[in-house]
Order: sequence, then structure tokens, then C-alpha cells
Amino acid sequence: MILAKNLYQKEKLERKPTRDGYGLGLVELGKENKDIIVLGADLTSSTRCNWFQDEFPERFIQCGVAEQNMIGVATGLALTNKVPFVSTYSVFCPGRNWDQIRISVAYNNVNVKMTGAHAGVSVGGDGATHQGLEDIALTRCLPNMTVLAPCDAIETQKATLAAGRMKGPVYLRFAREPTPVFTTKRTPFRIGQAEVLRKGKDASIIACGPIVYEALLAAEELSEQGISVRVINNHTIKPIDEEEIIKAAEQTGAIVTGEDHQVMGGLGSAIAEVLSKNEPVPIEMIGIQNRFGESGEPEELMKEFGLVAKNIKEAVIRVIKRKG
Amino acid sequence: MTIKELEKKANDIRKDLVDMLTEAKSGHSAGSLGLVDVFTALYFGNIVKYNPKKPEWKERDRVVLSNAHTCPAWYAVLAHAGYFDKKELKTLRKLGSILQGHPYRQSVPGIETSGGSLAQGLPIACGMAYNFAKIDKKDNWVWALTSDGEHDEGSMWEAAMFAGKYKLFNITQIMDRNNIQIDGYTEDVMPLEPLRDKYEAFGWHVMDVDGHNMEEIIDACNKSKAIFEKPSLIIAHTIPGKGVDFIEWKYSWHGKTPNKEEAKKALDELRTLGNRIKSESE
Repeated sequence: MILAKNLYQKEKLERKPTRDGYGLGLVELGKENKDIIVLGADLTSSTRCNWFQDEFPERFIQCGVAEQNMIGVATGLALTNKVPFVSTYSVFCPGRNWDQIRISVAYNNVNVKMTGAHAGVSVGGDGATHQGLEDIALTRCLPNMTVLAPCDAIETQKATLAAGRMKGPVYLRFAREPTPVFTTKRTPFRIGQAEVLRKGKDASIIACGPIVYEALLAAEELSEQGISVRVINNHTIKPIDEEEIIKAAEQTGAIVTGEDHQVMGGLGSAIAEVLSKNEPVPIEMIGIQNRFGESGEPEELMKEFGLVAKNIKEAVIRVIKRKG
Repeated sequence: MTIKELEKKANDIRKDLVDMLTEAKSGHSAGSLGLVDVFTALYFGNIVKYNPKKPEWKERDRVVLSNAHTCPAWYAVLAHAGYFDKKELKTLRKLGSILQGHPYRQSVPGIETSGGSLAQGLPIACGMAYNFAKIDKKDNWVWALTSDGEHDEGSMWEAAMFAGKYKLFNITQIMDRNNIQIDGYTEDVMPLEPLRDKYEAFGWHVMDVDGHNMEEIIDACNKSKAIFEKPSLIIAHTIPGKGVDFIEWKYSWHGKTPNKEEAKKALDELRTLGNRIKSESE
């Protein structure tokens, strides 16, 4: 797999917020397709939509702090052949406007792209109210939806482009803080296809978002103890890559899932749904364990909520012990 | 059509509506009957630009029904306009029918957007109008039908603010002001007045009409198309259940349908067309 140089030396990797990838992706999309329209709800620079706004002011719509109406406006644009991207924080979209997403977007099956920034406890100081921990659960239960959680800034850019080029409703989540950029322009990305980033046979870690990097660090450290761990970047939560997940369970016999999201209804649940009916193996879930977030430094919070490499390592050891 | 012909058309549509609702055994009678005159004026009074042979015709106007539970009236009007066979009307709410209890865009030609959860239509109308006015710069008009009751929802006022800010002159909102909602009279459940002042403060041009007077409805719709500075709201004062004496004004008929006997009574009444023609049962 093509990944960054010095992959396991965290301090040597460039750090960028995933939302930067969104901002860059939007500008690129805007250049290739004049039907791309971006809608903001008073969070234009925070969601990096100002980059698009600067380039294409006539195709940016300021909706004010009114996320329910924003989804309707986006739907009306999509129904008249535009490709709207709705941009705000994940706690507001899909948090505040879920009914609009359910009926106007998903049931209607219109070409609306929704993005939720500031997902996860890694948001930091703003605390529980602004840390979106439920957005994957809220969107993946809706028919017709595609749900993406890219792992770094480069992948977010690719995901943004892919979302804009496909037809149908998409939800795209990203984080606030700068995280290691460990994929490259040449790392493959296809919606619906999980990527094996590291081979292994004793267990598999299936993760999404910036936690994928923590999974790689955990796997590297475990290899020093003679434990061989596969790492899978599962950026597409819906439609989920059943084949790759089942293969990982068959070949390694134990699974650890990782996400900066409630384990209830999130990636871990999605993996469990696939495996419980196809290839039941022991699963350990790294994620938020039925708690609200809180204020703190992002790195402190990642430790407090058990989302770092150390926690993933421990989960791998636990899950291997549970193998039959 | 002449005004007389429009009135006759509306009466025919009401008869189909009573049949549909009776057959479906569930649905919203009062609001549907109350909106028949407005729908008839829009589709047969030379107001909405449409082509039933080409539902996807690029030059068509867009009609959005925000209070989507009144869709039986819309279904009946679309069938009369030639979008689909009138036989379909009797399948309302049945398994596999194109006519879902609330409109589903993918199954009914002429329906521009699915709906059913209140207060989602006006925001969608805003998106369409924004595109036509500001991006594509085309003269397609957007007709948004709304209800008074759904103005309890915040998203109606978000949309009203949005349309005001961007001066979306190409929206005509027609509000079904029938004063009832499920739990009672609107002014008891959650007072809405003064609606005119509120909308004017939000930057809309407001007109009040008798929602059963074809001439007034058509006149106001035409006037709304001549206003280029702001979006227009036509407050159509209607009688819930209009045309059927025992349903008129009764909020208890918001979400129910006539049984066979009641339907016969209703149809007898409608067939007299205001005592101008004889009831068939006489």
C-alpha cells in the first residue's frame, strides 16, 4: 500500500485538519463542474467553505444559522439540477435537521451532499455540545444514503471529489484538529471499498477517520511483540464493504473496530451487523462508550476517551485471547 | 376555462375526492376539500405552466405542496389535468399504489418533491426559486402551497426570512388559511395572527383572497407574477371541508374520511352544485 514516508514516526508527518481537504476538494470540484453550489450556515471559514466562496462568490449561498431551511434550499437546488454541498458542524447537520434529511433528501433521493465538521471528541475545548458523536448512526440508518469518514486531509479531498462526482445523497464527516497526513495522492480511494493498509494474520483493526493512524501505530508496536495485525481503513461506512470485512474475519479470526464516535450505531455496530450474520468472530470496539464528550486539549481527550494507539493495542490483545 | 367552467371542474374534482377518500378509508378530508378551488384555479385557470405529456418539460413551473397531507386534492387535479389515468385515484393509500398517503416524487408524474413532514416544502421552494432567479436566470415560477397550521414550525419562518433576504420574487406562496389544525382552531393551539404583518415584516408582498372565489384567486396569482421586488404570499381564506356541509368548519374532520353513508350524503350535496342542479338521488 502506498502511504507516507516515515509512516510510523508521528512527529515527522505533516499535520493538517481533515476539513482542509474539504476546502481544497470543493474548489477543485467548482472548477470542473459549474453546477456545484456551496451552502453555509454562519460557519463559512470554520468549515473551509470560504476558499470556495472566494473563488466562486456567485455559487456560495449564505443561509444564516438555519440548518433546517438550508437542507430544504439544497433540496430545491438539487431538484433543479444543481449539486449542492451543505456545510456546517456535525452536531447541527445531521443533528438538528435530521427530519429534513430523512424526507427532503433521503426519501426524495436527491443529489444533496451534506458535510459534518467538528466530529468527534477531538474537537477539544468547545466540549460536549460541539463534539458530534452520533452523526454516523443518524445517517447510516437512512436508505439511499452514502456515508463517508475519511482518515486524513488528503483522503478528505478525494472523498469530497468522489462525493461531488457521484449521484445521490452523501454524508461526509470530518474533524477539527490537525491530524497526521499519512496517505498520499497515490493512495487508492474508491467509495465502497475498504483498503487494507497493513497486512496481518492474528487480528484485524477496522477503523475510520483519524483513528486509522492510531491503528497503524498500534499494529507497528504489536509487531515488535510478534503479533501480526491487519489494518483496514474503512472510510465508507455505507455502503459497507462486506467482502473485505468478512475476509478479515475469516483470515484473522478477531476484529477490533476504531472510531471517534459512539460505538452504538457507529462503525463498530456496522461491522458487527456484517459479521454476526456472516462470520461471527470476537469483536472489541474502540470508540465513545455511552458518554458525552467534555472540554480539554484534543490529545488529552483522545486519551481520556480511550481512542489512542495504547487503547487499540490493549483491545487487540483482549480480542486475541477471546479467539476460540 | 370560464369562471363557471372552473367552478364545475372544481365540483367534479370534489366528487372524485369524496370517492377516493371513502375508498381509502383513511386520509385528510377537510384540508383536501378546502384546497380544491385553489388547485383547480392553478391548473385550469391558466396560472401554472405545465405539460402533462412531458412532466419533465424544462420550461415548466414548479408546484410544491408543503402541507403534503392534502395531496388527495392534488392527485385528483393531476389526474384531471392528464398526468395519469383517473382509475388510479381509487388506489389511494393501497399497497403498491403510485398514490402514497403522502406524495412520493418517484411514483407520481407531476409531483416535484416528496413530502409529508410539515414545513419542508417552503424551504425547498426557496431553493428552486433561488436557482431560477439567481443562478440559471430562468423565468420558471415556483408555486408553494402551504397551510396555516404548519406555520407553528420554525423552519417556515427560516424559509420566509431566506426568501425575503434574497428577494425571491419568483415564489408565490399560497397559504391555506382554514383556521384548523389537528387539536383545534389555530388561534387556540398556537396563535398565528397577525399573519399579514408578520410576513410583511419578513419582506413579502401579501394579498388576502377568498379561497373559494375563482376570480379572486386567479387575479391574485396574476398580480403576484407582476411583483418583481419581493416574494408574494396569497393568504387564501378557505373553509375546511368546503362543499360538504357536515365536514365544513369541523377540525374533527382533519384526519378522517367519510364512511359509505356519509359519502353518499356528501355526493348528493355536491351534485346539486349549490342547488343549481338536481341531486341524482331525488
